[in-house]
Amino acid sequence: MKGHLKQLLAAGVMAGLMGVALAACGGSSSGSKPIVIGISLSLSGDFSADGQAYQRGYELWANYVNSHGGILGRQVKLDILSDASSPTQVDTNYTKLISLDHVNLVFGPFSTLLTVPSSEIAHRYGYAFVEGAGGAPAAFAKGLNNIFDVSLPVADYMVPLVNWIKSLPASERPKTAAYPTSNDPFTEPVIEKAKDLLQAAGVKTVYSQVFPAEDTDYSPIAQDVAATKADIVVLGSVDVPTVSAFMEAFEQDHYSPKAFVAAAGPDQGSAFVSAVGAAETDGVMVPGGWSGTYQNAQSKAMVKRYIAKYGGTPAGVNADVAEAYSVGQVVDQAVTHNKSLSNAKIIKYLHSGVILSSVQGPVQFNAKGENGRAVGFIFQWQGTSGTEFKQVLPTSDPSSVKILFPKPYWGN
Amino acid sequence: MTSLYAGLIDGVLTGAVYALMAAGLTLIFGVMDIINIAQGVFVVLAAYLSYVLAVHFGIDLFVGILFTMPALFLVGIAVDWAFIRRLPARDRTTMSILVTYAVAIIVEGVLTVIFSVNYVQLRAWYVTRSFHLLGFYLPYIYVFGFGMAVVLMAAIYLMLYRTRFGRSIRASLQNRQAARLIGINVDRVSTLTFGIGVAVTAAGGMVFGATTAFNPNSGYDLISRLLSIVILGGLGSMAGAMVAAISMLMVEDVVASVWSPLWSEVVFFAALVLVLTLRPQGLFGRSFSRAQ
Repeated sequence: MKGHLKQLLAAGVMAGLMGVALAACGGSSSGSKPIVIGISLSLSGDFSADGQAYQRGYELWANYVNSHGGILGRQVKLDILSDASSPTQVDTNYTKLISLDHVNLVFGPFSTLLTVPSSEIAHRYGYAFVEGAGGAPAAFAKGLNNIFDVSLPVADYMVPLVNWIKSLPASERPKTAAYPTSNDPFTEPVIEKAKDLLQAAGVKTVYSQVFPAEDTDYSPIAQDVAATKADIVVLGSVDVPTVSAFMEAFEQDHYSPKAFVAAAGPDQGSAFVSAVGAAETDGVMVPGGWSGTYQNAQSKAMVKRYIAKYGGTPAGVNADVAEAYSVGQVVDQAVTHNKSLSNAKIIKYLHSGVILSSVQGPVQFNAKGENGRAVGFIFQWQGTSGTEFKQVLPTSDPSSVKILFPKPYWGN
Repeated sequence: MTSLYAGLIDGVLTGAVYALMAAGLTLIFGVMDIINIAQGVFVVLAAYLSYVLAVHFGIDLFVGILFTMPALFLVGIAVDWAFIRRLPARDRTTMSILVTYAVAIIVEGVLTVIFSVNYVQLRAWYVTRSFHLLGFYLPYIYVFGFGMAVVLMAAIYLMLYRTRFGRSIRASLQNRQAARLIGINVDRVSTLTFGIGVAVTAAGGMVFGATTAFNPNSGYDLISRLLSIVILGGLGSMAGAMVAAISMLMVEDVVASVWSPLWSEVVFFAALVLVLTLRPQGLFGRSFSRAQ
């Protein structure tokens, strides 16, 4: 009986030791589990071109990180759901990713329109919401402490253009401007601020109208703009088709403004060129914080990897790719610094005033979550090859080349 | 006043092209009780076919329609064979919305795999050029598109009212059961009608692709507009589609020019609600329900 008791005790001790050993093994195996990052992207619908460019940016970052040992020694796995460009679906996607899939982290979707509802979902669950395409004031209006935009704040997009116009001699300065804009939370602040600043600088507003973002026939609006013969047109566009439709209608009306700047669309690289035709791109401008020719070591390395994977030229790389990539970089630095995946710690760290690096340049968040370090540029397509996407403003920046002004006549 | 005239002219020119895109939708519903949600994606498919012919074979956009129209006719026949004819008679209309939506997603997916989501646009000398007439610049593409829409709508009209097959279609449209009783092969007529309904989008798709940058997802913005046109015109009425499309575009363009672009759709849809309140069957629709 005593022998049996000893055997039982020995077996119990062994079982206990094995349990401890197994638990330890379990601990170490959970440590090697991938870090799952949940993302909702517009892989179909109105923003599909941007959504898929964002997907490339996120995947390019994840591949790079994984090939360099991952984050905290763990591989990164992206869990991407498609929201079909719908603000309703983006809500559902982030709720699923967080509450059902229990992803470790989330990254933002494309556009302010989708960032606004999804940041609230993330806030409800205490997740940090780092994004690259929700830079409009509407994204920060609710005062959420978890939202961080790594890109250039939208309202300042046209400031370099305004400053340049103000610097021109009176004889060369445009006298009139037209501001057609879609009713989108991204475009309206950009256009309103540009209009206010240019009016204050003495440029008369001859057209200022908002049109529905879902419009499929822009010709009557473009004809009205053409009828004003405005010296410059500042178009509040969210996508390539809007820009393309206005350019085509202007050409049909034999109207060629001295300067044509679109809030978004021309920054989509080869996607823009393929839509409007390489010859028509000459002189078209777009504001932004990054281009494929950006003189930054991290950016150059990313562009090289992008071209190795997808082909093309630096000018053809969509700015969305860099925005998405920057999101990954910023979160990587926060997690690595904290040595933890805790979202509360990430939020606290990103609000600490720390300066981080990204392919778009330095990132430092203000109290609202905007990147106060972002520098705005104006880029311009030059020549008729569709491969020369140049930084032209601000003129004080050494990387800026001479601006093409007035813009060559369309159709030449 | 100039804006008003410009809006009216623009509305007539572009409205005719929209009528062409909506004609197939209303024809298919009239004969088959099928609401083809995939019509918008078929317009985009037509635009891509024109793109392939123009870019890879150097075929002019208008000449290309001679190829894209038969191609889309075959696509229509295939879709009818694979999906539509298998729908149960009961709940056919409701089910058709789901099935054609699925068809739209399949076509969109295939186009995305082949062409990616990057936008493209059809190019030809007449796409960006215009001529001056009575103080207005009239773009060649819209004028040519208007001419083509008038010719094709007239051809559809002649087919419906001057041919034996047209009589079969109209008989099926009025009463499927009675048409069967007098010896019409209603299933065959339905299949051919679906093919024709999809084929006419070839022309509208070409003009759409020449005036708008498009990608495989562009069909969704179109379908709501096309459905509005056929509902306003009266489901099943070709003349109604023409009148409704031109009215819709004229109202939108005039309001956009004279008042504000933001109000153009609001005014149109307010007018649509008003018309449907007074005439639920639409401007030219039948006021009776079909005996099945």
